[in-house]
Amino acid sequence: MKGINTSLYGVGQGIKNIGRNRVFSCASIATMAACLFLFGIFYSIIVNFRSALDTAEQKVGITVFFNPGITEEEIGGIGASIRTRAEVASISYTSAEEAWENYKAGLPAEELATFGEDNPLEDSASYTVYMNDVEMQDSLVRFISNLAGVRKVNEEKDLSKSFSVINKIFTTIAVAIVVILLAVAIFLINITISTGIKVRQREISIMKLIGATDHFIRTPYVVEGILIGLIGAVIPSVVMYFCYGGVTRILGENFSSFLSDATFVDTKSVMIVLIPVALIIGIGIGYIGSSMALGRQLKKIEAAGNE
Amino acid sequence: MVSIMGNRRFDLENELSHDIEPPVILLENVCKEYGDGMQAIKNLNLEVKKGEFLFVVGSSGSGKSTLIKMLLKEVSPTSGKIYVLGRDLGKLHHNAIAKHRRNIGTVFQDFRLLPDRTVFENVAFAQRVIETPMKKIRRDVPNIVSVMGLSDRLDAYPGELSGGEQQRVALARALVNNPVLLLADEPTGNLDPKNSWEIMRLLEDVNRRGTTVIVVTHNREIVDQMQKRVVHLNKGVLANDQKKGGYSYERY
Repeated sequence: MKGINTSLYGVGQGIKNIGRNRVFSCASIATMAACLFLFGIFYSIIVNFRSALDTAEQKVGITVFFNPGITEEEIGGIGASIRTRAEVASISYTSAEEAWENYKAGLPAEELATFGEDNPLEDSASYTVYMNDVEMQDSLVRFISNLAGVRKVNEEKDLSKSFSVINKIFTTIAVAIVVILLAVAIFLINITISTGIKVRQREISIMKLIGATDHFIRTPYVVEGILIGLIGAVIPSVVMYFCYGGVTRILGENFSSFLSDATFVDTKSVMIVLIPVALIIGIGIGYIGSSMALGRQLKKIEAAGNE
Repeated sequence: MVSIMGNRRFDLENELSHDIEPPVILLENVCKEYGDGMQAIKNLNLEVKKGEFLFVVGSSGSGKSTLIKMLLKEVSPTSGKIYVLGRDLGKLHHNAIAKHRRNIGTVFQDFRLLPDRTVFENVAFAQRVIETPMKKIRRDVPNIVSVMGLSDRLDAYPGELSGGEQQRVALARALVNNPVLLLADEPTGNLDPKNSWEIMRLLEDVNRRGTTVIVVTHNREIVDQMQKRVVHLNKGVLANDQKKGGYSYERY
């Protein structure tokens, strides 16, 4: 019961502290909100970019051609070997006839007539292999090239490389910016709490004198830091939650030609991760910032008392 | 006859228990040297029994404030041992310091009240700090404030009170948790003679109820008139310890 009373008192004092230290508290909340809003934007972009990459990757396939005169059984054997590989998402077989039929569909009639009944693609039966991850393409190509009866493997090397490079660059930039912003947020919360402690130095020394435990003295300031972090996280979370759907719809409508057939990840899928992560970061940063300030300032007060 | 015998036995038991009971304060060969090389206390030995009223006198720099700080465990002695209520302060863990201070009420020359809180809140603060239930706070605070004669000032802020009233609030805060020991560091330093005597009468009353009281003071008139035990410190050395003395015993 005592613990509950003390905790409630600490929470009450923490809330009052925010009011007493209004200017710094608002600055810290605004910075935290800005950081987490940017974090939210980056996260949304990354999630959508990854989703677009996944969609594109699924369309990137390796084409496997066979030696002339290979039997149906041998082709079946090669297909079975490819299917055993973990990198393989799916595999489809195109016979020489199907390849010719597909090719013919794109030819003008007069040109087509010159071929008569011949199938110029009679050695062009192939497997198209789709992968789970484009980055696995190299190892898969090496494996297939070494299979007996395989004449040639066509791969989309440049596309797969550029996908993974763009992905890495974008993620690195996003992480770097967010880390810098969060460091700024920790610094600001640190200053806010330090200012609060300095203003109430006398109160704290009186508290120590009449037997307050460290826990009792620290609680209001930790609560203050956590509340700043929490409010700073709730604001961008709410804004993101209500704006994400609208923004993605507008982007989809206005840039449909540029974005081609890419679709945006839905609000729920983004927010189910973004909101809890933002709240945890906000609370965590608030706690870290206030703890750092408390450790330093309380030592100073103790040292001043010992003089 | 029986009654006389009974009384004598009671006196004897009382005397015996007094001897067995550990002193409230015991200092053994205590020295305190600060970082700048200044020796604030030199080989001090002192024993204060339960229920005593003690004046600590001496000029500035005599070590009076250092003595108070050491008793509160704000500073530690360089050598020697300090026992408060039988507990060796040298062995006190950091987390136990707060509990140690809860046994001691403190009053200072500058009152040390919180200016943005009312009389009630200032006194209640001492109970808040030691996690007293709100129900008890609501009962205890008006009681002790009434003992100090300030019942009608419960909602006033320190800035609205006279110096004497502020010191009485500080005294109420020091006493609300029923401390075993009361340390008053220059409690009348900022008060006129009338208010000074009022505070001293309250301290005497508190002592009469069983609390051990130590008053650090420069007020010669009060020390001389009250005829209590007087410990005189001179440059960190115990210069004189009179059982019923006065400031006028000063020869150092």
